[in-house]
Amino acid sequence: MPDLGTYAGAVLGAYGISFALLGGLVALTLLRAARAKKALAAAEARNGGIPND
Amino acid sequence: MRLSGRVLPVLSALAAVSLAAGLVWGFFFTPDDYQQGSTVKIIYLHVPAALMAINAWIMMLVASLIWFIRRHHVSALAARAAAPVGATFTLVALATGAIWGQPMWGTWWAWDPRLTSFLILFVFYLGYIALWEAVEDSEKAADLTAALCMVGSVFALLSRYAVLFWNQGLHQGASLSLDKEENVADVFYQPLLLSIAGFVLLFVVLVLIRTRTEIRLRRAAALDQRGTARA
Repeated sequence: MPDLGTYAGAVLGAYGISFALLGGLVALTLLRAARAKKALAAAEARNGGIPND
Repeated sequence: MRLSGRVLPVLSALAAVSLAAGLVWGFFFTPDDYQQGSTVKIIYLHVPAALMAINAWIMMLVASLIWFIRRHHVSALAARAAAPVGATFTLVALATGAIWGQPMWGTWWAWDPRLTSFLILFVFYLGYIALWEAVEDSEKAADLTAALCMVGSVFALLSRYAVLFWNQGLHQGASLSLDKEENVADVFYQPLLLSIAGFVLLFVVLVLIRTRTEIRLRRAAALDQRGTARA
């Protein structure tokens, strides 16, 4: 860990908030993608659609 | 869908590697700045996030224009997919900027032209996302959000160029420039470039995943509609 001196709180705070926001975005994106994949598979099963990929 | 499915794992790996390399290099292996001290390490998040916040809106503008001219549904869905990513990058830029500003400027916030236009851009992102959610008819929603995107582009461009033509603000000049004299010092420049590459790739990966999600949801809705019509 580098010595951040008097600004340690500011630097670590900036990294913490950024990682939380970006991590949340990635998690929500993957969660929604998995749900959409399931929803399409279910709709295809119900209606006899053609798999798309 | 097939092509994006094939390139996604490669792009995801590249995004993870460049982002990790840029941030680790910047955080652990660069010295403090003689004026800013260790707060200079915030630029590896702030500059790429701000850059991509503006570029995401420009990408949405291009996709919206394609929708208006060609009525290409995937372009409208791609614009929709990019909005939450751009909004998050804008929030990262605003938050890291405020955290950096407190010890350096003595204030979390100032009504500086660049900061203010960035805040307005964030509000436009929220409005754009809300409008997509509020309108049920997808074609109408695409039309309305495309029009909103064009209006918001004024603030995206203002955020980008405000430092060049408004001198009364607190915000310093651009950290990156084609003119080498204006750039940050070399020791910060290389990890910054790597971090920017990571943010660009992360944006591309997230927009691809989210566009594929939107396409799947639309296909599922269309299949259910067809099934209901048959019954």
